[in-house]
Amino acid sequence: MNLLSGIDFRWELDGLVILAGTLAAVANGLLGNFLVLRRMSLLGDAISHAILPGLALAFLLTSSRSSLWMLVGAVVVGVVTAMLTEWIRSVGNVDEGASMGVVFTTLFALGLVMIVQAADQVDLDPGCVLYGAIELIPLDCWNLFGLQIPRVVLILGGVAVLDGLFILLFYKELKLSSFDPALCTTLGFSSRLMHYLLMTLVSVTAIASFESVGSILVVAMLVVPPSAAYLLTDRLAAMIVMTAIFGFLSAVLGHFSAILIPPWFGFHSTSTAGMMAVMAGMLFALTLLFGPRHGVVMNYLRRQQLAGRIVREDLIGFLYRMEERNDLSPSTPQFLAERLLEKRWRVALILRRLSACGMVVRRGDGFGLTDRGRDAARQLVRSHRLWEYYLLQQAGLREERIHDSAERLEHYTGAGLNQRLSDQTDSPRLDPHGSPIPGLEGKPQGSDSREAKEFPAEESEPLRKGV
Amino acid sequence: MIWPLHCFIGAIILLSMILGDWGFAVAADSITDRRLQWPRGDQWVRLLRLEDYNTRVVVCGATLLGLAAGIVGSFTLLRRRALMGDALSHATLPGIGLAFMILTAAGYKGKSLGWLLLGGTLTGVMGVLTILLIRSTTRLKEDAAMGIVLSVFFGGGVALLGVIQQMPAGHAAGLEGFIYGKTASMVAADAWWIGVAGLGSALLAVLFFKELKLICFDEGYAHARGFPVPLLDLLLMALVTLVTMIGLQAVGLILMIALLVIPAAAARFWTERMTTMTVLSGFLGACSCLLGAGLSAIFSRLPSGAMIVLVAALVFLISMLLGRARGVLVRRWRRVALNRKVDRQHLLRGCYEYLETMKFLDAKERGVAARVVPLDSLLSMRSWTLGRLRRCVRRAIDEGLVERDWSAGVRLTNEGLVEAQRMVHEHRLWEIYLITHADIAPAKVDRDADAIEHILDAEMIAKLEAILQSRVDQSAVAASPHQVQVPGSMRPASSTGVPK
Repeated sequence: MNLLSGIDFRWELDGLVILAGTLAAVANGLLGNFLVLRRMSLLGDAISHAILPGLALAFLLTSSRSSLWMLVGAVVVGVVTAMLTEWIRSVGNVDEGASMGVVFTTLFALGLVMIVQAADQVDLDPGCVLYGAIELIPLDCWNLFGLQIPRVVLILGGVAVLDGLFILLFYKELKLSSFDPALCTTLGFSSRLMHYLLMTLVSVTAIASFESVGSILVVAMLVVPPSAAYLLTDRLAAMIVMTAIFGFLSAVLGHFSAILIPPWFGFHSTSTAGMMAVMAGMLFALTLLFGPRHGVVMNYLRRQQLAGRIVREDLIGFLYRMEERNDLSPSTPQFLAERLLEKRWRVALILRRLSACGMVVRRGDGFGLTDRGRDAARQLVRSHRLWEYYLLQQAGLREERIHDSAERLEHYTGAGLNQRLSDQTDSPRLDPHGSPIPGLEGKPQGSDSREAKEFPAEESEPLRKGV
Repeated sequence: MIWPLHCFIGAIILLSMILGDWGFAVAADSITDRRLQWPRGDQWVRLLRLEDYNTRVVVCGATLLGLAAGIVGSFTLLRRRALMGDALSHATLPGIGLAFMILTAAGYKGKSLGWLLLGGTLTGVMGVLTILLIRSTTRLKEDAAMGIVLSVFFGGGVALLGVIQQMPAGHAAGLEGFIYGKTASMVAADAWWIGVAGLGSALLAVLFFKELKLICFDEGYAHARGFPVPLLDLLLMALVTLVTMIGLQAVGLILMIALLVIPAAAARFWTERMTTMTVLSGFLGACSCLLGAGLSAIFSRLPSGAMIVLVAALVFLISMLLGRARGVLVRRWRRVALNRKVDRQHLLRGCYEYLETMKFLDAKERGVAARVVPLDSLLSMRSWTLGRLRRCVRRAIDEGLVERDWSAGVRLTNEGLVEAQRMVHEHRLWEIYLITHADIAPAKVDRDADAIEHILDAEMIAKLEAILQSRVDQSAVAASPHQVQVPGSMRPASSTGVPK
């Protein structure tokens, strides 16, 4: 069975649906960036429920079902929603979400009562004003300069351009008032004015899009693509651009999955707007998992990598110390795993990796350091002992605590820091436990290091795992 | 070529879906009657005695639901998750769709309510877990997490319904009616369910009150004390889910959100104590539901769900204005009271400093009559308008601190003098403290001391005096550490400088 059997791409149908979806995604996503940053992500949902009294009022006043008046009524109530929310938040000192919840449920209830009162005159179906269907876009065209352009594309395009201009013009102010309203106000921009401007524009954009692509797509596009972009970058400009890209991708993927996936189970196509929302969610999940900077999987891998490096370093350090005190016990993986408190298979894996890069080599039953490995290990042990010396002498830690700290710090100490440590501590020959501090060139630091005492007990204990 | 048809079907589904989303009961007896009719006396009696079976069930069920939602809502509000119910209820849709598809595929006829609710609960819980996961693993905030879950899950539900509509057994148009139910058509079983859920959630809230309170106010501290915060979070979310699922089915989406948010937000205005707030929130929720359902029962053309929300909103508005702890009026009044106190202290201090500079205080034999301060001197000592000064003087006259003098000035009475001495003393104590202990230049201390003198309490003054004992002469009023600028006088006050 051909999985792509449903595909029959026709620009004048599919292309337009994707175009409209992208435009809606871009228009809403642009503003959505600031909503996410201002923690008002649910405003779209609130407005979608709250505009009911606007529709009812427009109908009661004009006694017509003309969609223009309904649009005007809806926009007015949308703005009122945003303002009331802000008013209750600031005057009543109520949490943003709660004030939103109070406002939109109340307005909705009000609208419902009004509609019931009006219901006998005409069958008022707010759905036909509010919840357009994106699939029907190609059917409703306006003739513009001899071109048949769907009305919705024009409206959404206009709104998207408006939003884009707004953000371009007020980029600096929006950025400042989103991140630091107090600073914005002290610098002389009214952050309150920016807030109300933004809210007004969100209402206009959301309502213009409800009519053409349906509320679910608007609510999704206001939140999901900006959130995904927010996980990928720390720069606002990049976030806005990525939002647009995510919007486009979810429109394309959503449209095709709405056509293609249901036939696998023997159905016809399903709701495009719904699938676009789902695909936006999928894209968000992907960034959540695999985002290079904040992705869950990436973070896990990074942690694993660090843990691996620490165990590797601990291992060659241990081998070095064995050589140092002429310990001839066979350093088999079993033995090393016991001493390093590691799993045996992990030690075996690490040994293989270390021998692959020429750090250790198999000697009889066990493993020994190569020259290269010995150099690396010497650096590490040198860092460790210099740190111990430093922590005891200069930082004033108690003697029984220095080993653990040095064990941690040695893994983050490069050659430069190592040298500075040595300078700071006047290149000591012995560490606080009496072990010689190896020099850079393989000889012990200083001349009379042969007087070095035996290792104290602590050094021969199993090394702890690096943290 | 079938494609436009699909589009059309999709549109219809979307419409029916969304209309379902608006699940309020329209309790209309007749379609043609537009006016609200004032009910007759016997109808009132019937309502008050709950004689109609239907009214009884609806009123009881709604009240219980309001109680439970109010209690649970007070925790979610303080946890800044007021709209959790919103996200949760939207997230139930795909579960309902999936449950229906599986049931149909398994050969079940019709729509078994229990299974559909189970499916809805499952995806609802998944949604909540996703919110918690997004919040804990990313840097996104609660609101974004809720928005994502709400829209993506709901979008999935819409897509599923689009498919269900095409199933042979898919009489899906009525499907959402199960979840977006109608208050007025509540049956006794619903009321029982709500009662059980309400009691259960109230019981859990009482049992875990201490823990829930802790995670509401100080999550970090709860962690540090070893409380299992994620589990407690989950418990709270389970309570929300329980109430929402029961309520959603009975009264609809918007009403459920309203009941979770509004009573709790209203109760917050009345108290700063969590216990009081929770109880009050439950009480307000129950009252709103009782009133709303009652109104709807007696006026035939008012939908019950909407009326409950409107009554709750009214309660919220009243609370916001009159609330005893955080209401708008109370806070306004506190500010006015503080302003008055500050003005009064400024007036007395101004009078004293003027008299001190003019050496009028030394002339003891002339008594009260000599202690006259012209208004325009007072006016120019502070940045207050004449009107504000006059009002301040009037209040001070009522308190007997000053008297009006014939020559457009005020005269400090004996009580006023004592009060003024105390005020000036406190001001200068603080100034000296700032100079000697905080190393602030003498030229700047007047302003800094001015900012704090109004809120110094007796204990603090005693402490200051103890600290500065060696530096302050033991008279009633310490000498000013800097020059006192009094308009209208050519001579500076007898400045002693910083006491050595």
